[in-house]
Formats: sequence, C-alpha cells, structure tokens
Amino acid sequence: MSDKTVVTVTVNGEEHEALIEPRLLLVHLIRESLHLTGTHIGCDTSSCGTCTVLLDGRPVKSCTVLAVQANGRAVSTVEGLEGPDGLHPVQEGFKEEHGLQCGYCTPGMMMTSVALLAENPDPSEQEIREAISGNLCRCTGYVNIVKAVQYAAAKEGVTA
Amino acid sequence: MTAATESTVQGAIGQSPKRVEDDRFIRGRGSYVDDVQLPGMLFMAIYRSPFAHATINSIDCSRALAMPGVLACITGKDLEAHGLAWMPTLAGDTQAVLATDKVRFQGQEVVCVIAKTQYQAEDALEGIDVDYDPLPVIVDPKRAMDADAPIIRSDLEGKADNHIFTWESGDADATDRVFREADVVVKLDTLYPRIHPAPMETCGCVSDYNTATGKMTVHLTSQAPHAHRTLFALVAGLPEQKIRIISPDVGGGFGNKVPIYPGYVVATAASLLIGKPVKWIESRSENLISTGFARDYHMSGEIAATKDGQMLALRANVLADHGAFNAQAQPSKWPAGFFNIATGSYDFQAAYCKVDGVYTNKAPGGIAYRCSFRVTEAAYLIERLVENLALETGIDAAEIRRRNFIKPDQFPYRSPMGWEYDSGDYEKALDIALDLVGYDELRTEQAAKRERGEIMGIGFSSFTEIVGAGMSKICDIAGLAMIDSAELRIHPTGKGVLKLGVQSQGQGHETTFAQIVANELGIPSEDIAVEHGDTDHTPYGLGTYASRSTPTGGAATAIVARKLREKARQIAAHLLECAPDDLEFDSGTFSVKGSPDRVKTVQECIFAAYQAGLPDGMENGFEDVTYYDAPEMTYPFGTYVCVVDVDKGTGQVKVRKFVAVDDCGTRINPMIVDGQIHGGLTQGFGTAMMELISFDEDGNCFGGNFMDYLIPTAVESPSWTLGECTTPSPHHPIGAKGVGESPTVGSPQAFVNAVVDALSPYGVTNMDMPLSAHKVWKALRDAGVSDE
Repeated sequence: MSDKTVVTVTVNGEEHEALIEPRLLLVHLIRESLHLTGTHIGCDTSSCGTCTVLLDGRPVKSCTVLAVQANGRAVSTVEGLEGPDGLHPVQEGFKEEHGLQCGYCTPGMMMTSVALLAENPDPSEQEIREAISGNLCRCTGYVNIVKAVQYAAAKEGVTA
Repeated sequence: MTAATESTVQGAIGQSPKRVEDDRFIRGRGSYVDDVQLPGMLFMAIYRSPFAHATINSIDCSRALAMPGVLACITGKDLEAHGLAWMPTLAGDTQAVLATDKVRFQGQEVVCVIAKTQYQAEDALEGIDVDYDPLPVIVDPKRAMDADAPIIRSDLEGKADNHIFTWESGDADATDRVFREADVVVKLDTLYPRIHPAPMETCGCVSDYNTATGKMTVHLTSQAPHAHRTLFALVAGLPEQKIRIISPDVGGGFGNKVPIYPGYVVATAASLLIGKPVKWIESRSENLISTGFARDYHMSGEIAATKDGQMLALRANVLADHGAFNAQAQPSKWPAGFFNIATGSYDFQAAYCKVDGVYTNKAPGGIAYRCSFRVTEAAYLIERLVENLALETGIDAAEIRRRNFIKPDQFPYRSPMGWEYDSGDYEKALDIALDLVGYDELRTEQAAKRERGEIMGIGFSSFTEIVGAGMSKICDIAGLAMIDSAELRIHPTGKGVLKLGVQSQGQGHETTFAQIVANELGIPSEDIAVEHGDTDHTPYGLGTYASRSTPTGGAATAIVARKLREKARQIAAHLLECAPDDLEFDSGTFSVKGSPDRVKTVQECIFAAYQAGLPDGMENGFEDVTYYDAPEMTYPFGTYVCVVDVDKGTGQVKVRKFVAVDDCGTRINPMIVDGQIHGGLTQGFGTAMMELISFDEDGNCFGGNFMDYLIPTAVESPSWTLGECTTPSPHHPIGAKGVGESPTVGSPQAFVNAVVDALSPYGVTNMDMPLSAHKVWKALRDAGVSDE
C-alpha cells in the first residue's frame, strides 16, 4: 500500500482537500469522503454510466477515474445541478416527461444529458440516443428519457 | 361498499399527476442502501469459488488476517457453530450460506472478510487460500437426470439423484385422447434461456446491531421487507420485535431482490458478533454470477388442432434447471409457479403439463424476473406454438388467434388446468393492435418483398397473464399468507399518511397509491404521504413482485379509504342532522339528497373526528387498517405486434415497429402505466435479442459482467407504439389488474415470432433466444440465403 496523498478537487464550485490513497477511485472520493451519494455505482466494468459526473465539464465515468486524476480540476455532480433559480432544465425535463422510475441511473443519465446539451443544444432523437448509450437504464426503455432531454433542450432554447 | 363515482378531486384515478418521488431522485437525494454511512461501519467482501463443483479440503485465512484493516474471516465452519452454515430457501430447500463440504457452482460464497474499509476487505480476498479437489461438473439439466450423473446435493440425506420435483397439472388422459384423434399436431422444443434481472442497483445490506438495545436494523435491498423480517427471525433466531428491516429507495428489483442471499445472513451475523454496523454491497459481477437468475426452462410443447386451425388440446413437458440449490421464489405450493396458465388466451378442450426440476452446477434460483411465477415461460411457449400452428395450417397468424380466443361471454372462464379467468376481451385488443400497426398493408408489403428476396417478418403475441397473488387459500410464502395491507391515518387538517405493506422499486407507489385514496376518500393525492419499506412503521405485507402491489395493496388501500369514507359519512350525517343513507358522496363532498346546498366536505368531517361532540359510541380519530386477501387472481392481457426487417448479409434484425395493446383493467395513472410498459417491453427486447447467462462445460459462467451480459442501451432499444383497452377486473375493488409484468411476459415471443415469420420461407420454424445477428445469419446461411 502506497503512502497517502493530498488532492484538491473543486466539487460543485466548492473546493475540497482530501488525504487519500493514490488508488482511490473518484466515485469513492465523491461518495465516501465528500458524502455526495447522488452519484451511484452500477457495475465494475465501466459499462453502465451510473457514476457519470462532469470533469471540467466533460462527462466521465467516475469509477474509471482515479481521484488523483481530478486533482486541481472541477467536478460537477447531480447535487450541483439545481441553482438559486430552481431546477436545472434537465432535472425538470426528467420529472415532467416521466424520465425515471427507480431513480438509480438518473443522476448519471442527467449529467450525460447536461454535457450533451452544452455541446449540442438542439440534438436530434438519434443524437440523444447515441449520447446516452453509455448510460444504462433498466426501467424506462429510454423513450421518456429522450423526451426529457428534448424538453430540456426546448426549455434551454427559450431561456438562452 | 362500492367504488366512488368518477372523482374530480386532484390526483383521482385516471389522472396523471407527476411523481412525488422524483423530487428527491432528480436532486440526487434518494436514499439507497449503499448510501447508508454509519459511524464505525465495517465492510464485508466475499471470497467465491472459482470452481463449479469441487470438494473443499481446507481453508486457510492466515494471510488475509494479517493484512491491514482485516478484523475477521468468516468461514462455513464458523457459521456452523451458530447453526447458520445452511439456510432454508423460499422453495423449501436448503442453501449453503458459506460452503463447508464442497462448492456447487462457480461464484459460490466460501469466506467472508470483514475489514475497516471496502478496499481492505477486497484486498484481503487475495489472502484466502482454499485447497479444492475438482469434481465432475453438470451444466446440462438433461445430463443431470442420467442415472450415472454425479450427485450435486450430497448434503441431502439419502439423495441419490439430481431430481428436485415433478409437478403436474391438467388431465393427461383426456389430453392424450384428443391428441390421438387430432388432424394436426404441431410440436416445439425450445429453451427459454437463463437470464438475469440485473437491476441497476445490485443487492446489498447494512446490518446494524445495537448492543445496548439488542435491536438489529438491516438496511436491505428488499422487495419484501416484512417477509424478510419474519425469515430473519426464523433463520437466525432473533426475536422479531428486535428486527427492523428498512428497504429504503431500491434501484430496481424485477424479482432479483425477493430471495434472502448468503451475503445478508453473514453481514448480519457479523454485526451481531462484532457489535458494529457491517456493509455488504455486491459488485455487478457478483450480482450476475450468484444471485437470482431467471427462466432456464427447457420446454417441449404440442398443440392438437383441426385442419382449419381449431385448437383442441395442449401438452407440455418442461425440464427446469434450478441450479445448485432450489432457491426459486414461488408461492410454496407451486414448484413450477403458475406455469399451468400455459393455455393462454385460447379455449382448449384439454390440457396437461408436467415440469421436472433438477439440480445443476450453476447459480441457484430461479426467481420470477418481472414475472408472476413462470407465467413468462408459459406465455412464451403457447404463443410460439400458435405461431407454428399458423405456419403448419397456412392460416394467418392473427386469424388463427381470433378463431381460438376465449370469448367475452365465456368469463368468468375456467381453464382446463384449473384457473378462473376474471374478465377479458381478447379480440378487441387484437383489433386495436391490427389497426395501429396497419396489418393488411404490412402483409401486402411483405409479399412484395418476398418476391424480391427481401426479408421481413410480422410477429404476434396475444398473451394472458395471471397476477396478483393473492388468494391465501392457495398461495403462501414460507407459510405466510399472500395478503397485503394498507393503513390510512388522516390528521385533523385533512392531510395524512398512507402506510403500505408493499414496497416500491420504481413503480411509483408514493404517487399512485395516494391517487387511490384521492379517488375513494376525496382528499387530493398531493395531501397524502405514502410510506413503505420500513417494517417498524408499516403494516405487514408480502411485498412487491409478480405484479401484486395494485391487485393486493391497491385493493387494501381502496378498502381502507372506503371504511374511513363511511366514518366520514356518519359524521356528516350527524352534523347535517340527517340519516347517513340520505347523503350522496361525490369528489370529497357529502350532500343531502334533494338539498344540494346542505353539504359537508370530507375535510370538515375529519376535523370533527378530532373534536368533541361525535355521534354516540364513535371513537375519536380518523384512521384504520385493512388486510386484503384477494378472492381470485387477476388476468391482464393484450396483443403485441412486432415488425422486423432482417439484413441478409449480416443477420441483423431491425425492429421497425412494435405495437403494444395492453388491457390491465382500470389504469390508476396512465403516465406511469405507459412508463411501465415501455420499460417492460425493453426488457422483453433484451431477453429476445441480447441477454444470456451461459456456461462452458466446466461450469464457467459467461455473462458475469456488463461487457458480456448485454442489456439494451438507448441505441438498440426500439420505439414503442402503445394502444389500450380497459376491461375492469370484476372482483378487484377498483377494477385494476396490475401491469408491471405484462410487457416482459408478453413481448419476447412477439420478437421471435416476427423473426420466425421472416425466415419461414426458408424452412425456419424455430430459433431460441437470444436472436443474435450471428444466430440469424447462420440460419440464413444454412438455408443458402447468406454467403459465408
């Protein structure tokens, strides 16, 4: 076991310093050290996307990123989506369009959707389906998730 | 007591209010078991067998015990000292908690490591040394039945074979007689393969023993927290009042979270012995290789019919692979579940089925994956057979179904294998589906394509389900009657709490059950908080699976609300100085017949219930509880039509259109019903096209992670066209039948029938799931259609 190391990570705009083992996964830093349990774990092969967070604005599977790789960088999780003006349009879309059932994949799915819309504010259905293809959902069949992203795109288009 | 008239109250039945549970989920504020973090909490990891069948000579944990943070290594021998090395299964068998004598499947639990951190616990697995002598492995259930097959369950006294049970239903002689005289007999041998529910959240627990109070709190991924509490009491000998099961937010269940798994037992025992909380969360690989597989039914079915396609008799023989321990989750008296619903939507003269369960060196099960106890396998068999009968007789696949449907005036209908169907209008569902899909045009298009050598298919499934167990006279689990309950307490201001014995894993109970109260009692659904999943704070129930929540817990909710409506009526009559029978109730308001200006709202009556001056003999307060024992099962049905195009060069199957017409009786929240259907259809698509747990001859599991066990992503998943009809259940208080499982039960055979239809010009009459591109391409190559 190697010696512990200090990392400084800005999570949802707040800077955190943590003394960690170098092998610690980012998802465990977020969940266990920072107690932000909205980011979930669904597999051990980087297949399910349940643990998706944004690292400097880009979606990553936080089970496949070492916490030390996030040192000095900015992480966004589901807990940071809601702002002073209320829900993020993606959050609103998931509720309005019934884009979730058990809720377990939802945070990762929403983070991927946020990243998609930042890059492509008006995606087609096919583009949405491809963008979320690294995020598995076992409940919804994706139909209403696609609608939720479309809802957010329309809403952001109006507010932009 | 009867149903309220159509209510205009906010959230009443038929409205689609947005889900109240979403407010926490979209903020990342759900509370799943792995989110539980307690002071001093320890972590458990499980060392599992690499062999499918091997004698254990010795277990040496000394290297692991010397590793950082490791507090204990628990073996089967340690558990033996407490009488916990073996546990009963829900199917009346026993299952090793930790292996003592030998291992019987790859991935079986052998040693549990308790450490201060999860990383340390998992590191220590490398320090466990087990000396094995490998034994011959049985992966084929047919081989398991051979007289010279090695005995897997040598632990069972006197056990000289691998046979678990034989179960029969129907009249064999009468069925044979019809077969002997029939014009046409079609036969189908098919495997419904081993698959896994694979909810996005794996199984796990945090067991928290309080050494001061002697109370054991278990945060558990449980679809049946009350039943699990009782089983913990029976198995571990803990006093039941000192066990609290909290099944918080559960990240999908689909049957996977019905059984009790060894990890729960050991983590709980460890917490009891160490006096600290112990967390055990499965990895995905552990989930797929060791817990709760489904199906694995080797089925042989036959239909006897006349030349013009009149179906006369059904005969089925099944070899059921239950793995190393019979750990299936079915009602106790039903070793093959409700497989004898296999006559489906059709009016047969006679039917007979026989199911043999066997042990193999595979993970134990099988659970009812989004399925009411083997109805999925039964629905698959009958709908595949009907497809082949259509091919054999040359009668159109829709028409042959229409000719054989049980007719609306035959309900209640007694099936030849003994079920009493409550209600149905099968032809109506078929007609709506044909209209939505544009059937005549599709057959015209198909004929033209066939002329050009293009491959297109249309597949049907006109399924009937049996759900809502239900019926304590025939259904229990571990002796516990399959009832369910609801407790309703309304506070003085007219807002209150509904507590349920059932438990949600994404079904939206916190929304829909409040809607039942809104409908029956006239209180807006947004004024009712729904609680479930905590055994200290909810009435007893058998849990949520087999589409039973609405049929049982939903019925209990309607009835308890009606009881309180009657109390409100008595109070209203007292306040309005009239007889209770002189009052009409509509949407939360009592009015005196003939004097519509003399009214009391239900909220006024509730406030009065907490005041002085009630009618003589009436107690204060406004609460009640109901335990509901369903008089009959409910029988949802529907017709699904799948249209596929097949690429000749690659064997790729493209689902062009899929129409699903469901009749689940009364729909409480249409938005949620549609969402359930979308999800179930997608799981059915996964079953038909992608998902498979298979083994090599040494019992190595293929499909032990999400790189090998493929579940549908947004890219493969088809879009769905939904239609509906509504035939209420005559015996359910609100006429609802349950819908969660219909799409998983009904859809796989529609995909397969579509591909068989597509390939039928080339002599193909069967393909077993999953229909991978490679499998389809091989069939086309064998038929000389595709090149090498």
